[in-house]
Formats: sequence, C-alpha cells, structure tokens
Amino acid sequence: MALPLAMSAAGVVMILAVVLIVAALVFYLVSVIVALRKITVGLDQVIAGVGEIVEKSAPVNVIVTTINQQLDAGVDALEGLLVKKAGIVDAVGLVDGLYAGAAAAGLRNFPDSAAIKPPRIAEVYTRGTLTLARLGREAPIAAANPAGPVLRNVEAGSLAARLLYPEVRQSRPERLSRSPVIGTAAPVQYEQRDDIGLPRKHMPARAAAAADSANGASREP
Amino acid sequence: MILWWIGDIVLLVVVLPVVVYLLRGVLAAATSIVPSVQSIASVAAAGSKDLDSAALLLTTQDQATRTIAGVANYGGSLDVILDDAS
Repeated sequence: MALPLAMSAAGVVMILAVVLIVAALVFYLVSVIVALRKITVGLDQVIAGVGEIVEKSAPVNVIVTTINQQLDAGVDALEGLLVKKAGIVDAVGLVDGLYAGAAAAGLRNFPDSAAIKPPRIAEVYTRGTLTLARLGREAPIAAANPAGPVLRNVEAGSLAARLLYPEVRQSRPERLSRSPVIGTAAPVQYEQRDDIGLPRKHMPARAAAAADSANGASREP
Repeated sequence: MILWWIGDIVLLVVVLPVVVYLLRGVLAAATSIVPSVQSIASVAAAGSKDLDSAALLLTTQDQATRTIAGVANYGGSLDVILDDAS
C-alpha cells in the first residue's frame, strides 16, 4: 500500500512540474504573440508610410534632372556670353569680384580659366563703364585709379562705390533733372523732318562762293 | 522510486528555469522591437508628410524653364548690344 502512495506522490510532483512548465510556456508565448501583433500593426503603418514616400518621391528624380539640365544650359549660355563679351581674363575677374574666391574654381566650360590670375575688378568695370557711357548713362569714368585699393568690399556692401558717381545723386537726389518724357503724351513734341537723309536743296554760302570762284578761274584763260 | 523523484527534481530545478529563461529572452526581444517599429512608423509618416511639397517641383520646373528662356532672350539681346571682347 505504501508503494502506490509513494509513486502517486512522485507522480503528483511530476504532474505539478509539468503543469508549471506548460503554464510558463503559455504565459510567455501569449505575451510573445501579443508583442508580435503589435509589431505587425506597426509594420503595416510603416509600409503605408514608405509607400506614400515612394509614391511622392517617384517624379522627383526626373524633375530635378530636368531642372538641372535647364540650369546647366543657362550657366553655359551665360558663361559663354560673359567670356565672349568680356574676354576670359576679365570674365574671371568679374566672377571673382562678385564672389570672392570663385576664380579658383574657374569657369565650368573653360577649364583653363582656373589657372588665370583674376584681375581686381569690382563694381567699376572699365569695359562695362564705357558701355554705360556709350549708352548715355552716368558712368564714373576715370574717377578712380585702378592701382588703388579695392573699390567694393564684397563682404560689407558697396556704399564706397556709390561715391564714384556724381555727388548730386547721393546727397540731393531731388535736384536731379527729370528723365525726358517721350512718346505721344510727351510735353514737347518734335515733328518729323522729311529732308533728313535727302540731298541738300540749297548749297551753303561758302561752298557756293568757292564754286563760283573756281568756275571763274577756269573760264579766264 | 528514487528515479521518479530524481526526475521531478530535474524538472523543477533544471527544465523549468531553463524554459522560463529562454521564454523571457524571447519575450524581451519581441517587446523591444515594438517601440522601434512604432518610432519607424512615426518617422515614415513624418517623411511622407515632408514630401507633400514635392509636387511643387513641377511648378519649380516650369519656373526654371521660363527663367532660363528669359535669360536666353536677355543674353541674345546683350549679344547684339555689346561688342565682343576680341
């Protein structure tokens, strides 16, 4: 009778141990399942967000490439025009005057320009000044010595260069003469002359007298 | 009889702690992933919201095209007005 009792006691302990193990398995595995469900929900949100990102960023590459191509074309055209009009040396100087240190990189389509020592060209650019003068604008021609200090401080502004212009513009701008009014509503109307470019109708007096004396001299002999 | 008790002791002292230890490790790993996934989800949502303005690149492209066209016209006029350097 003792043996079955002893065996049953050991069996009860065995069963208790197995129940404990199964309970631990159930508890932890259910917790893992709950955590994995949360992960699944989070990954669904991630997939949705990433899908939106992919959808929204799909055309970015093409558009940015197109914009870069347009800007490259613009840079090429402007560089070519600048070099054509100002020459490679002055072009490098102008670029360096506007963006200090940019001459070290050189112009993009002119690799040799990186080796050029940029001349000191700031706001007062001789060729541009002459062009302005030719176009009838105020221009500080010969107002400064090119051997002098730099006229424009690229980091602190350009007020110094303004002093090169006529003084009335700086201190008494209200005394500047007004720009002429042109067009059909202008206060002064000039009639168009029809004789401009046509042969003269009357000879000038000196020319007529000279012609007469020449004709008389040729008849006398 | 003794073998039964030895088996019980092994189950309670060795197997059960090992099972609990391993399962706790799995649960800790799974639990630690949850906040990371949630933060990734919030970042993905924020990134998607940041890209809402990507559609404006079409406007930028159009503006760049018009600007370059204007610059080209202006450059053509300058090419006519100004003398060449050489």
